[in-house]
Amino acid sequence: MNLPRIALAVAASAAALLFAVPLVGLLAHAPWSDFPVLLGDARVRDALALSFAASGAAVGVAIVLGMPLALWLASGRSALRTVVRTIVLLPVVLPPIVAGIALLAAFGRNGLVGAPLAQIFGVTIPFTRVATVVAAAYMGLPFFVLAVESGLRAFDARWLDMARSLGAGPIRRFAYVTLPMIFPSVATGMLLCFMRALGEYCATQLFAGNLEGVTRTLPLACGLAMETDPRLAIALSLLLSGGSVAVLLLLKRRLPGAR
Amino acid sequence: MRRGTFLGRMVVLAIGLGVLAACGDAAGSTSAPLRVFASASLAGVLDDAVATLKRTETDTPVELHVAGTPQLLLQIDHGAEVDLLLCADMADARRVVDAGLAADAPVVFARNRMAIVHAPGNPRKIGGLADLARTDLRVALCAPGVPAGRYARAALARSGTIVRSVSDEPSVRAVVMKVKQGEIDAGIVYATDLRTAGVEGHVLDSEGMPIADYPIVTLKSGRNPTFAARFRAFLLGPDGRALLARHGFSTP
Repeated sequence: MNLPRIALAVAASAAALLFAVPLVGLLAHAPWSDFPVLLGDARVRDALALSFAASGAAVGVAIVLGMPLALWLASGRSALRTVVRTIVLLPVVLPPIVAGIALLAAFGRNGLVGAPLAQIFGVTIPFTRVATVVAAAYMGLPFFVLAVESGLRAFDARWLDMARSLGAGPIRRFAYVTLPMIFPSVATGMLLCFMRALGEYCATQLFAGNLEGVTRTLPLACGLAMETDPRLAIALSLLLSGGSVAVLLLLKRRLPGAR
Repeated sequence: MRRGTFLGRMVVLAIGLGVLAACGDAAGSTSAPLRVFASASLAGVLDDAVATLKRTETDTPVELHVAGTPQLLLQIDHGAEVDLLLCADMADARRVVDAGLAADAPVVFARNRMAIVHAPGNPRKIGGLADLARTDLRVALCAPGVPAGRYARAALARSGTIVRSVSDEPSVRAVVMKVKQGEIDAGIVYATDLRTAGVEGHVLDSEGMPIADYPIVTLKSGRNPTFAARFRAFLLGPDGRALLARHGFSTP
């Protein structure tokens, strides 16, 4: 071992510890004995159910709207596609608070779309379950589109030519050739979309509000617990961490370094 | 191996510089900074208090940390070295005393009333607590676990008003922000929050309405007890009382 190697090892260990120590910290401060009581609470179950419903709905939106978008984005190269892709991917890099403010500016009671919606149809989106789904889909959809588009771009289009030569129509070609071959990308996109939607906090708090059983999702319950009962916050954090670790294990084969 | 060696040297250099910077920082200050932990609703007045003390008294740096009280108590539990704790509830100050962390007895230095907050000019004609039950209004409160939410519900119970909150917010700031954006028509916050730009309202100062007491307590873990005593004396003295009054607090 020479000096540079030791230095690299030290730096790499420091980086790894940066991620490991907070997790260990959570574990160390976990109120293990009270876990069943804390997490068995009806409010926690409400928040959990709400979070799963909102994130599941976000995945549904991703499949219905995101899949066609990914197909179009992957079907060629053009300036328009670049512009659309940039707009769609924005939530990935955007600070979530900005996403919340933008959603309010669009769908809020005084928003660009929200104001006419309220005046003409008497429909308001903020403070409803719909708002939690909108916020979740806004944050999660980009991950789905990104994963599916990259899967489609790696897909060899000659398979489609072959299917066409055998007489398959566009729907059959998509259902029996494209979809099965890009399925790993679709599954990855669904999982990433679900997890990002599940973790959504800032935009939800701002846009959907924070009412128990209606819009208080798990991260919101966790944030509120930090203001009222920090032990519950730690228990909820561990629950969310556990779920996230499980998803990463599911995705293991799709990450770099997979064997 | 040439490139690897170069990279290694850069890493060593970076670590070395980091250590040097850390040492320089520690050696730079002569006395320990005063660390003040305060409840969120005190942010504005304490900023002013620190600025005043800086002008007149000393150049000791003050670290002002503002958050919800349970979060402050958690951080103190986890060993944060704090000179002064200023919170929005006597019960919280007593918990610190019971844990053996306090260096003196908590003293109430400020009081805050609750208030109805609405848009400037009161476009929805909200006259009092009873109006908050109107079905054409969207009203939000703080969550019941947050002190401001407890006080708001006490005020509503006292006036016999039943309100359907569209959102139980984690802090008064969140309520004020939603009124400001026009997403809700009214909320119940602290009287001092009415000083925020972009909102108006009226204070619930009739007989029997809840009053929030703000205690100050000195902690044993503090590293600058001399300045902590001066800061405490300032807040409890005439200048501090005048400052608190300017921010909408009443004083005992």
